[in-house]
Amino acid sequence: MMIFGDRARRAGSALRALGLSFGMGLAATAAHAQEAVASAAASPAASGSPSAAGSYVPMAPTPGVGMPVNGGLGFQPQYTENGQYALWFHDALLMPLIVLICLFVLLLLIWVVIRYRKARNPVASKTSHNTAIEIVWTLLPVLILVGIAIPSINLLSKQFKPAPENALTIKVTGNQWFWTYTYPDNGGFDVNSYMLNQPGQPKINADVREVGSKPWDGPAQLEVDNRMVVPVNEPIRIQTIGSDVIHAFAVPSLWFKLDAVPGRINEKVLTITREGVYYGQCSELCGARHGYMPIAVEVVSRDKFNAWVQTHSGGVIDHQPKPAAAPAAPAAAASAAPAASTAASAAPSASTAPGA
Amino acid sequence: MANTVQDHGHAEDHGHDHDHKPAFFARWFMSTNHKDIGTLYLIFAIFAGMIGGAFSGMMRFELTEPGIQYLATFSHWFGVANPSFDEQLHLWNVLISAHGLIMVFFMVMPALIGGFGNWFVPLMIGAPDMAFPRMNNISFWLTVAGFCSLMASAFVPGGTGQGAGIGWTAYAPLSTSGSAGPAVDFAIFSLHLAGAASIMGAINFITTIFNMRAPGMTLHKMPLFVWSVLVTAFLLLLALPVLAAAITMLITDRNFGTTFFDAAGGGDPVLFQHLFWFFGHPEVYIMILPGFGIISQIISTHSNKPVFGYLGMAYAMVAIGVVGFVVWAHHMYTTGLSVNTKMYFTAATMVIAVPTGIKIFSWIATMWGGSLEFKSPLVWAMGFIFLFTVGGVTGVVLANGGIDDNMQDTYYVVGHFHYVLSLGAVTSLFAGFYYWFPKMSGKMHSEFLSYLHFAVFFVGVNLIFFPMHFLGLQGMPRRYPDYVEAYAHWNWVATLGYKIMAVSILIWIVNVIYAFIWGKKAADNYWGHGANTLEWTLSSPPPFHQFETLPVIDDNAHH
Repeated sequence: MMIFGDRARRAGSALRALGLSFGMGLAATAAHAQEAVASAAASPAASGSPSAAGSYVPMAPTPGVGMPVNGGLGFQPQYTENGQYALWFHDALLMPLIVLICLFVLLLLIWVVIRYRKARNPVASKTSHNTAIEIVWTLLPVLILVGIAIPSINLLSKQFKPAPENALTIKVTGNQWFWTYTYPDNGGFDVNSYMLNQPGQPKINADVREVGSKPWDGPAQLEVDNRMVVPVNEPIRIQTIGSDVIHAFAVPSLWFKLDAVPGRINEKVLTITREGVYYGQCSELCGARHGYMPIAVEVVSRDKFNAWVQTHSGGVIDHQPKPAAAPAAPAAAASAAPAASTAASAAPSASTAPGA
Repeated sequence: MANTVQDHGHAEDHGHDHDHKPAFFARWFMSTNHKDIGTLYLIFAIFAGMIGGAFSGMMRFELTEPGIQYLATFSHWFGVANPSFDEQLHLWNVLISAHGLIMVFFMVMPALIGGFGNWFVPLMIGAPDMAFPRMNNISFWLTVAGFCSLMASAFVPGGTGQGAGIGWTAYAPLSTSGSAGPAVDFAIFSLHLAGAASIMGAINFITTIFNMRAPGMTLHKMPLFVWSVLVTAFLLLLALPVLAAAITMLITDRNFGTTFFDAAGGGDPVLFQHLFWFFGHPEVYIMILPGFGIISQIISTHSNKPVFGYLGMAYAMVAIGVVGFVVWAHHMYTTGLSVNTKMYFTAATMVIAVPTGIKIFSWIATMWGGSLEFKSPLVWAMGFIFLFTVGGVTGVVLANGGIDDNMQDTYYVVGHFHYVLSLGAVTSLFAGFYYWFPKMSGKMHSEFLSYLHFAVFFVGVNLIFFPMHFLGLQGMPRRYPDYVEAYAHWNWVATLGYKIMAVSILIWIVNVIYAFIWGKKAADNYWGHGANTLEWTLSSPPPFHQFETLPVIDDNAHH
């Protein structure tokens, strides 16, 4: 099998892990800061190949962006506004707070070990009540939790802000074991997305090439044959549904995870602020090849998106930014499409409000 | 209290001579004696724990490096000669499902409630036995039968391959239309049996604790371990019937054409998750509350000091039990809940941190001003407090519905719940084991080996589970047999941790063997005057029938 690093690196990593385990994640917060710096440096990098307007060539991912990094300690850098807010909430508030609580408990434990061991304190006190301190350690956590609850509730309300009426809709269908992306606003074509096969490993998907055989291929087990392509800086209405069992559509660098449940449509808005390729994996146990149905979201400019749409038979440019030379009647085709492609068992669920 | 201690010691020594123990088969297979049944539960839990632990070892070895390395070999062990690639992947799902079910239903619950609960609840309240001794016996044997049914499921077809690969949560429709073959039915039946056993056990404990306390022992004088078992019994009684209903509906969906969880017939797959977690969340408190009780006893004993804030401690457990029933959907933040639902469950879940904090601080306050003797149970208990705190605070992070969107079903969750269960509940189990083993067996274990066991275990489990937080934050999903190269580093560390942890289990086994062969005879009260609950008034091991004359609790006795 694959070998990762030599013995020396492994010994080093074990020591590092020991230190981290006892360091209680202080290092983790520091690492967040490092990663943020790294991502800030990486983000202005040119995305993809210099393609002529109108043509479409898949984009090469930026290493370390939209994917995990080996030995990583914190969240992946975020490329949505809500994701950045959530990342701030976690890294600046929650993580320091829980590290402090753990250290506080650890300090108290160390103190009682030193001060109240039998040799130092042979006669135990009989104190078993202290109303004042009991009130303090009940109310103080309440106040801390209220402090957490405010940004937490705020984050939830941001995440549930409904999509604008004219937002581009993409229907995401989880299947055993691949994803289907349907573009009802663009003529209703389907994109089936299978994981690429890994060299030297059993073939996961027949008729799908191996990873690494194209210049734009990303990491093994994350790269797919056909990516979900979306335009940058536009709100996208993602609707998920399962065709057989429950799957979950998850992309860590976009702070996005939504179950794809058979028989109900879940909906959430996603606005991605940077061009690039963002990888995710199915996150609900869905049978044997649960580990082999990754998600790849390619975020491109509106022009490139329109070009990509037109590479599909029946693909039409949606009404979104009022393109100069848009075809006359995409809306009619779009509204007919979702019913046709999802007729199987799609009934909008009551728990979300599509188009609210 | 000290005087009562002496009196009873003598009375029971006398009674000991007249013990009439049944012959081997009648004693161990038809037992109605709470101590024998407790012993059976403990032996069973150790056996099941070894199997569940071996499964986790198989999983960790497979996860050492990216790629599929060992699953074909493991398939051979389950009698599949030439497994296809999908069958190997299915075996992975069988392993994760079996590991979860075994550890929850056949290791932690039987050990804490069936084992220590059976042994020490009657002893601590001064009762001669449990209220329904025969029901106690059937509870145990139904648990064994349930375990056999679960084991059998691994050897019959379950869809893609042999066994039930549905996760311990058994979500529909993967567990209904997604898994043909009898394996899932066997697994569900196993839960029915284990659930029925636990419901009967719960009835038994509630009746015993309410009706059979020694004269003078009011509810507010009960040791905290008894309180913890009482609260746990109520949780079992209210939660398990819901599980039974949910999995019965699974059975009928699978075999009799109903569509409770099938949208095509008007049902809803998410309904199963609501029912499952209505049981499943109280279940996690069922697994940890008896541990809380054990830790309280140990800390008070070895600090030579009464428990700080006894009433606060008891009612914190009641509060955890009550609030534990109204937070279930925090397991379902990504299923498409509405914004108001997510806000409610975020707030409600965080409330649980308050009584949990009261417990942590009260344990530390119990030690504060005490005269600490660092016997092995106290060392384990202090380890418990720290590890449980770590698991608790990551729970507060996960409680936030908006944050959980990026953590749901990742290794962060796996790290979190193993810190509260594998490191919390299991650490409390070992603490209780060293605290009470000489009382149960009459033989002293080696304190040196106990410390060594703790040190190696502590390093091992932290190495396994702490890096899982990093993996989860980086986005590694749960229940994957194979992973992206970027997750290789911390997975390798976790497997190293497993090997260290496995060594600690060997040390523990050596310690048990040592105790039985070379262990010194245990005195009645080998921990000294800090141990002042009723079990220490009896011989070690206690007589076959104790408290033929009920002990009387002195009104002025200090807690």
